[in-house]
Amino acid sequence: MFGKKRVAVVGAGLTLFRRNMKETGREMCYEAAKMALDQAGLTLKDMESVAYGSAPDAFDGIHMKGENMTDGSGAWRKPFSRVYVGGGTGVFTADAGWWHVASGLFDTCLVVAEEKMSSCYPHPAYAFTTIFDPIMDRPHGTTLIWIFSLEMHRYMHVHGVKKEQIALVSVKNKRNALDHPCAQLGAKITVEDVLNSEIMCWPVQRLDISPTSDGAAAIVLASEDVAKKITDNPVWIDGVGWCIDSTYWTNRDLYYPDYVECAARMAYKMAGIKNPPKEIDVAEPYDPFDYKELHHMEGLLLCKKGEAPKLTQEGVTQRDGDLPINPSGGLLGVGNPIAAAGLMKVCEIFWQLRGEAGKRQVPGDPRTGVAQAWGDLMQYGSVIVMRR
Amino acid sequence: MSEEVAIVGIGCTGFKSITPDISYKELMFEAATRAYQDAGNINPRKDVDAFVTCAEDYWEGHSIFDEFVPDQIGAALRHLFTVSSDGMIGLATAFMLIKTGEFNTVVVEAHSKVSDVTTFTGIVNFALDPIFNRPLGGHPHYMAGLEMTRFLHETENTREQCAQVVVKNRRNALSNPYAAHGAQLTVEDVLQSEPYFQPLNRLDISPVADGGIVMVLASEKAAKKLTDKPVWIRGIGWNSDTSWPESREWGRAMYTELAAQMAYKMAGIRNPKKDVCFAEIDDSFSYKELQHLEALKLCSNDEAGKLTEEGETEIYGDLPVNASGGIQGIGYAIEASGLHRVLETVLQLRGEAGKHQICDAKTGVAQIWRGVPTATGAVAVLSREVK
Amino acid sequence: MSRKKSEECTYAGTEIKSEDIKQGKVLTLRDRPKAKYLWSTGVAMGRFLKELKNGKIAATTCNKCGRIMVPPRMFCEQCFKPTDGWTYVKDTGTINTYSVSFIAGDASRIKEPIIVIVVDLDGASPGMGILHTMSEIDWKKVKFGMKVKAVWKPEKERAGAITDIKYFKPA
Repeated sequence: MFGKKRVAVVGAGLTLFRRNMKETGREMCYEAAKMALDQAGLTLKDMESVAYGSAPDAFDGIHMKGENMTDGSGAWRKPFSRVYVGGGTGVFTADAGWWHVASGLFDTCLVVAEEKMSSCYPHPAYAFTTIFDPIMDRPHGTTLIWIFSLEMHRYMHVHGVKKEQIALVSVKNKRNALDHPCAQLGAKITVEDVLNSEIMCWPVQRLDISPTSDGAAAIVLASEDVAKKITDNPVWIDGVGWCIDSTYWTNRDLYYPDYVECAARMAYKMAGIKNPPKEIDVAEPYDPFDYKELHHMEGLLLCKKGEAPKLTQEGVTQRDGDLPINPSGGLLGVGNPIAAAGLMKVCEIFWQLRGEAGKRQVPGDPRTGVAQAWGDLMQYGSVIVMRR
Repeated sequence: MSEEVAIVGIGCTGFKSITPDISYKELMFEAATRAYQDAGNINPRKDVDAFVTCAEDYWEGHSIFDEFVPDQIGAALRHLFTVSSDGMIGLATAFMLIKTGEFNTVVVEAHSKVSDVTTFTGIVNFALDPIFNRPLGGHPHYMAGLEMTRFLHETENTREQCAQVVVKNRRNALSNPYAAHGAQLTVEDVLQSEPYFQPLNRLDISPVADGGIVMVLASEKAAKKLTDKPVWIRGIGWNSDTSWPESREWGRAMYTELAAQMAYKMAGIRNPKKDVCFAEIDDSFSYKELQHLEALKLCSNDEAGKLTEEGETEIYGDLPVNASGGIQGIGYAIEASGLHRVLETVLQLRGEAGKHQICDAKTGVAQIWRGVPTATGAVAVLSREVK
Repeated sequence: MSRKKSEECTYAGTEIKSEDIKQGKVLTLRDRPKAKYLWSTGVAMGRFLKELKNGKIAATTCNKCGRIMVPPRMFCEQCFKPTDGWTYVKDTGTINTYSVSFIAGDASRIKEPIIVIVVDLDGASPGMGILHTMSEIDWKKVKFGMKVKAVWKPEKERAGAITDIKYFKPA
């Protein structure tokens, strides 16, 4: 009866990503889920379970917000669970959907990720102050941008990376996002624009970071038997991985994301990937800040430590390069409704592998893609490997 | 055919009204240490394939509480994640992980440090829908009062029978060293206590408690190496009814009926009344034990109150319910509540329940509800026998 | 059953502008959570804070891996065992990483930048840093590996908090 089953993604859906949306969290969940179901040619009756993901309740302003979102995520009288691993949630929710089906308990799972950051008024940045240790970190007035700039600076220092090199990521992703119909901040900018933008917390400048956003994303998962009946073009989830590092982030050397490597190895082992740069055709690593794309490329073992800036400079990570990175436009370009942004990357890999990414399509018939998200206090890596 | 899943180790700190001497990290470390020792002395740094923690930010007072959990349970730089739900849904998640065939040993954790919350009502209130329900004001537990009124109206259960539940469970708790709120009460005490949310009085509502639980689950093959007393998870189910209180069927606990259907089907149980020996269920509000008993089909509709009155749900009765003292006797422990229902079921099945041991317990049901204002719950069927 | 491709879809979502919200053009409801907590510090942090009041930085030790840990903890997360003892570390250290903040917690700009540092404390195991701020230096002169020293509040002003150290300055 039960046993390990192969799991496919058969549909994907997104809402627009915007700084403020009229729709409530529930309504955004519904829109994304409906689109994913339509894509799969299925209805809610066909869904046996729901896996939902969302980051801090403090944004939506609802305690146990997963419970408030059940109906919008299609979970009326269904098994529903919410996973929450900070910024890693988006990709991790897809991992959660995977085990719903791979366990044999359910043949289908609707995976929904949502974030309504604008409810935290006047600015969601306030809510972030509550993610820090109340004894060691909060009393300094610590903000999110503080800790990421600490990590960015450490990375730059250890590898001798310059801001100009990092800025190239922001330029690339915002330009890629011009081709994404949901994008909040698609734009043609230059390295100079980034270097001249307002200093937030040195070395982080305004154009180095992604915005806060509202949005939702959804994918439909089906077991092998069901998937083959629905579509000729299923995209298989061949590997899932996740890893969390110690809470004591000030005791860690931030120049390298060990936790991303640990998550990646877990997923690659499952997927049978032995040589990631050769075997992976397209990747969507998490890029809330431009340096993170580089940081995560290395953590994903797509290149050696410290090598990512060079690959970017050489154009390897462009859509038509040898290893396209963030063809969607990433968080920097499309937007950052935290959990939805991670799942948006999974949607992107899904469309890329099916050849349905329109103007964003990576050439060369990509067959294997990886999406990755990052979260908590520079602690969390979640990875998914998808194949056609 | 994939392997069966067993609970091979349990660790519990016990429950107390307040725990001012230790931090939540130290609480979790104690529960984890006990669980790993109980599970054949496993080393979490080497022997555990995944860790599942259960927490909600606003109970803890930290956003992204997931950040703060790995170190004290041995999961630093390991495969851990947080499920924002009751511990029993964390258990269901661990169950699914093992069933995929990719994980052999999975740890589940949940704790309550609710004594750190100085605005308990404010937090419960914060879970209400911000547009339709919160602006009405008042203490959110009025929702339980509404439900109790409807339940008593739709069924033949009586107000006195609900009070009887409290008396039974708080008395049972006196025999449970883990319990925070054992007491000798009478039905009169409950009925005469201050009215809170008509028809609920003060003593109908569980007091809160702190405590931590860690459990170790394993696949059949791994279980046999770790313990000679595995408790098998024969079936598990969870379900969410509508999040709109306005649309609910107030009399029935649909989330329990549907979760139970899923769990019973998995366990191959066709006649719960006959096949289930005892139950550890959610009695966080007195009437809930009766409502849940009927939803679990452990008795016929309208019968739960009568069974209680006749003593059938006492430890020595035909269907012992909450021999541990239930949530009324242990204390409401937020996300750890469901895991504690499972823990007590495990103790009974292992024959380790001490003074509150039920005779010859073979198959037990654990059940939980996520509390006001949710309509979410889970059910687990546990047994000494693997099939 | 229709199966739409991603190019054929219209993406849902209605944008509203921040200005419209500010000017009351959008129907809004305001609410503040009543969310207050009194966290038990527990044994480890309880002692740490008490020692800060005394002008000392306390650490715990693990005999198995030999680490001296700040912030102190009752369990060694690497060895998964209780820590074995207490010791003090120095209030001097080396800058592991730093950044300079021109914005406050609510995303508004501040005039005097805050120099944020992770300082690896002398006497603790390598890499045992804590988060703090730096002062008495031009932010452009801060360097990786710089030696710094804590500047404490006067004893009677100390409350048993990490801010009993006002900031770090160049050593």
